Amino acid sequence: MEDVTETLLLVLVVVTALAFDFTNGFHDTGNAMATSIATKALKPKTAVALSAVLNMVGAFLSLAVAATIAKGLVDANVITLEVVLAGLVGGITWNLLTWLLGIPSSSSHALVGGVVGSVLAAVGSQGVIWSGVAAKVLIPALLAPLIAVGVASAGTWAVARLTRDVPEDVSTRAFRWGQVGSASLVSLAHGTNDAQKSMGIILLALIAAGAVPADSGVPFWVILSCAFFMALGTYLGGWRIIRTLGKGLVEIDTRQGMAAETSSAAVILMSGFFGYSLSTTHVATGSILGSGVGMPGAKVRWGVAGRMLAAWGLTLPAAGLVGAACYGIQHGIGGVAGTVVVFAVLVATSVAIWVASRRKPVDHTNVNDAWEEGAVDAGLETEVVEAREAALGRRLDVADPFAAPETPATAAPEIPATAAPPATPAPSTPASRQRAGV
Amino acid sequence: MFVEIDSLLKVVVAGLVVGAGLPALFALGVRLAAGRAVPVEVGTPDGRFTSDGRTVRVERATRPRQVGAAVCFAVVVLAIAGGIAFVAGGGH
Repeated sequence: MEDVTETLLLVLVVVTALAFDFTNGFHDTGNAMATSIATKALKPKTAVALSAVLNMVGAFLSLAVAATIAKGLVDANVITLEVVLAGLVGGITWNLLTWLLGIPSSSSHALVGGVVGSVLAAVGSQGVIWSGVAAKVLIPALLAPLIAVGVASAGTWAVARLTRDVPEDVSTRAFRWGQVGSASLVSLAHGTNDAQKSMGIILLALIAAGAVPADSGVPFWVILSCAFFMALGTYLGGWRIIRTLGKGLVEIDTRQGMAAETSSAAVILMSGFFGYSLSTTHVATGSILGSGVGMPGAKVRWGVAGRMLAAWGLTLPAAGLVGAACYGIQHGIGGVAGTVVVFAVLVATSVAIWVASRRKPVDHTNVNDAWEEGAVDAGLETEVVEAREAALGRRLDVADPFAAPETPATAAPEIPATAAPPATPAPSTPASRQRAGV
Repeated sequence: MFVEIDSLLKVVVAGLVVGAGLPALFALGVRLAAGRAVPVEVGTPDGRFTSDGRTVRVERATRPRQVGAAVCFAVVVLAIAGGIAFVAGGGH
C-alpha cells in the first residue's frame, strides 16, 4: 500500500510540475514576442512558433539544474512531496488567474509564493527564511522593473534622437530585423532560465521517492518533457497577456520594440551572469514601459501599469494562500485521498478559469486590435466597446442628421459618463467604476 | 544585508551599456546607411516622411558612411552572437 501511495504522489507531482511548466510557457511568450507581434515585425503565429522552438532549444541548453527548490527561502528539511504539490498548485492557480485577466506576472514568484505558503501551513513561520525571501524575491521584484525602465528609456531616447532624420519606412524595416534578433535572444534566455525550475522539482521528487540516486543528473526524459511542455505552452501563446504587453501599455513602433527587447535581453542575461536573479516578466514589462517613457510623444497607460504592479505585489500572498489551503486540504484529509482531492481541485479550478476565458476570447486573430480607452485588461475591452457603441447609437438617434459630423466629436467626451450607468450589465465591476470615474 | 549592492550595480551598469548601447549603435548604423538627410518642403517629389513628422530628402550614402554603418551592424550582430554563446554555455 505504501508503494502505491508513494508512486501515486510522485506521479501527481511530476504531472503537476509539467503543468506548471506549461503555464510558465504561455505566461512568458509575451515577454519576448509581444512587441514583435504588436509592430507586425512577425506574424502572430510565426512569432509564437519561433519562440516555442527557441524555448525548447534553450531548455536543452540548461545544464546547471539543481535538485533544490526555493533555496535560501525555506528550510530544505521541511520540503516534502506534499509541500511541493501544494506549492505547485498555488503557483499554477495564480498563473491561470493572471492569464485570465491578461496581466503579465512572474511565474517564478508564483511558485515561490505557493511553496512558502505551503511550508507555512506545514510547519509554521520557522520553516521560512524571511530574510532570504526579502532579499531574493521581494526586493528584486521592486528593482527589476526600475532597472528595466531605466535601461529601455535610455536606449529608446538614443534611438529616437539618432533616427530623427531617417525616413520612416527605412527605419521601420531596419528595426524589424533588430526586433526579431533581440526577441529571439530573450526567448532563448527564457528557455534556459525557466525550464530548469520544473526540471529541478521533478528531479527532487524522483530523489525523494527513491526512484533515482541522490547525486543523479537529470534524466533525459525529464529534460525532454519539461522542454516540450514549456514549448507547447509557448506556442499556444498567452494571447491575452501578449495583447496587454503589446497594445495595452504603450503604442509602440519597431524602434521602441527593438530597444525594449534588447534592454530585456541585456538585463536578464547580465542578472544571470552576475548572480543577481531578476524575474524575466518584471524586466520585460519594465522595458516596454521604458520604451514608452523614453520615446518623445509616446503615451504610457499608467493605469494598466499600476494594475500590473498591484498584481505583482499580490503574487506571493495570493499564491501562498492557495498553497497553504491546498496543504491544509491534503493534510486534513490525509494520505492518498488528500493528494487526489488537491489534484482534483487543481483540475476543477483550471477548467473553470478556462471556461471563463472563453467568454471574451483573445487569440491570434484579435491580438492586435486597437486597445480601447478605459479598459484595464484584455478581457474587459469588449464591454467598453459595446458601451460606447450603445451610447453613440442613442445620441445619433436623438441628434439632427444634418449636423451628424459634429455629433460624434461632441458626444465623445460625454460618452464615458453616460455609458457607465445604463450600459453596465454587472452591478459594478472595477472597470465600470473606473470608466464612470474618468 | 538585504541588497547585494555589488552585483546589483554591475547588473545596472552592464545592462545600460549593452541594453541601451546596442540599440543606439544599431540606430547609428541605420542613420549612416540611410544617407545624409536634407529637410525639404512637404509635397516635394522625392521627399519622404520621417518618424517625427518631418519631410526629408535623402542622398545616397557615401562610402565612408556605408563602411561606418557596416561596422555598427557588425558589432550588433557580434553582440547578439555573443549573447547566444553565453546562453548556450550555461548562462553563468
